[in-house]
Amino acid sequence: MKENITVRQVLDAPDQKEQQKLYNKYVKQVTPAFSCVKNTTRAFLVGGLICLLGEGLQQLFQYYDFNEKNAGYCTNLILIALAVLCTGLGWYSKLAKFAGAGSVVPITGFANSVASPAVEFRAEGQVYGIGCKIFTIAGPVILFGILASWVLGVIYWISTFF
Amino acid sequence: MESIFSYKNPEAVHTERKKQGMVEVMKTKGKQSVEYANPPYILGEASIVGQKEGEGPLGSYFHEICNDPLMGEKTWEKAESAFVERACNLAISNAGMRREDINYLVGGDLLAQLMGTSFGVESLQIPFFGIYGACSTMGESLTLSSLLVEGEFAKSVLAVTSSHFAGAEKQFRFPLAYGNQRPAAATWTVTGSGAVIIGNESCLTGRKKTAASGNVVIRGITVGRIVDYGIQDSMNMGAAMAPAAASTIAANFRDFGVSAEDYDVIATGDLGTVGSRILCEMMEEQGMPIGKKHMDCGVQIYDLQKQDVHAGGSGCGCSAVTLTGYLLYKLRSKEYRRILFVPTGAMLSPVSFHEEMNIPGIAYGIILESR
Repeated sequence: MKENITVRQVLDAPDQKEQQKLYNKYVKQVTPAFSCVKNTTRAFLVGGLICLLGEGLQQLFQYYDFNEKNAGYCTNLILIALAVLCTGLGWYSKLAKFAGAGSVVPITGFANSVASPAVEFRAEGQVYGIGCKIFTIAGPVILFGILASWVLGVIYWISTFF
Repeated sequence: MESIFSYKNPEAVHTERKKQGMVEVMKTKGKQSVEYANPPYILGEASIVGQKEGEGPLGSYFHEICNDPLMGEKTWEKAESAFVERACNLAISNAGMRREDINYLVGGDLLAQLMGTSFGVESLQIPFFGIYGACSTMGESLTLSSLLVEGEFAKSVLAVTSSHFAGAEKQFRFPLAYGNQRPAAATWTVTGSGAVIIGNESCLTGRKKTAASGNVVIRGITVGRIVDYGIQDSMNMGAAMAPAAASTIAANFRDFGVSAEDYDVIATGDLGTVGSRILCEMMEEQGMPIGKKHMDCGVQIYDLQKQDVHAGGSGCGCSAVTLTGYLLYKLRSKEYRRILFVPTGAMLSPVSFHEEMNIPGIAYGIILESR
């Protein structure tokens, strides 16, 4: 069974470090959290629907004689455009409030993370506002994404010697 | 050279005062409190809030509700300044004064370098002190203003604070249109500004007659310390501030030799549901229960079920508009005789947060009495 920390224990802690540790544990006990099952279900449903939309677009383009690769490009373009449009209209944040990871993980989430700073920081100018701050959220994803793919590339290159 | 000062010989004045025992008579009470011999009056107040606050349970108490979050401006920061300017002007007019009559202005907000306040009060041309106490700024400005007035350094002082949901989100969290989920313990920054005019008895004559016409004085103050219990979660600021509130309330009880029984209400600033629970438990454990008398401005200002604000309201504006709109009304109508107003602040900066530093809290205690 998990240990139950009381306020008394926090107040009686021998030193500040111990007190901070105990207080954090105590706070965790008394802080409500959202249901994981509910969140995961919503994420699964909305994330799945966004992917279903993508698949539908893909099939549609292929039906109209696009090859698989080009159909994929067009699908991505449309999903991104839709997400940016929804961001500008303030709908995407409402969707994300319901869907959580379901709306963050697909490509639409990435589009939202680029478009939303652009909207917010427009007031600070084209260069210092939009230019400097458009990637404040997506920047780390791009940087570490490229780094990770480079590392994988090196590993793949080494594996070709054996 | 002819002296330009009215005290021709400052040293002689000092010696004379010392002889009369005047310098030795301190107004301090206990370790961190002051009890006013001539309690400064609240001459007038104003609360200006946004639409969401206006739709909340306290909506009918606020002086003005502005449905346009941009206040006709182009940026959130300018909008916040517009809230400040409006609150100041309304408070001055409610006190029946002119802005030339006000000696000093003490105010601050959450935006970096106090952008909201300094740009908002520019047009008033009142000598200005900019202060930062995070969400406890109303407490800090009331404290300093009342000290100035009671210390006879000013006849009347204007104390003002503000916050804006969108400006705070932009600076401390994410762009508004970014899609993310706020945890259950997160609070919602109040959009609004509260202004109070504090002055001595001689300024009392002009106040506009309103429904509740009683006078309110600041009877004493307790200045809080920075209290750090090691919280790092910026989405649970109630937990970060609760120990600071407990520390200040306990100090107030100790310094004045009182208990919760001596107050009609002990109103904390923006602890929210999580912080309020922690505070009450902490006070109970220390043998100073406040549960029956405690209210939290952050919990009161929104309908927590219907307005989707999670743990409650927060921000400088939260305690400021609840004081100027609701609490002062209750004092003026004599429903409350004496309250302890305890605005709470989480000393969080976007830099300290990313450098993985703790979020210490601070709280100020102000004793308000109806006369």
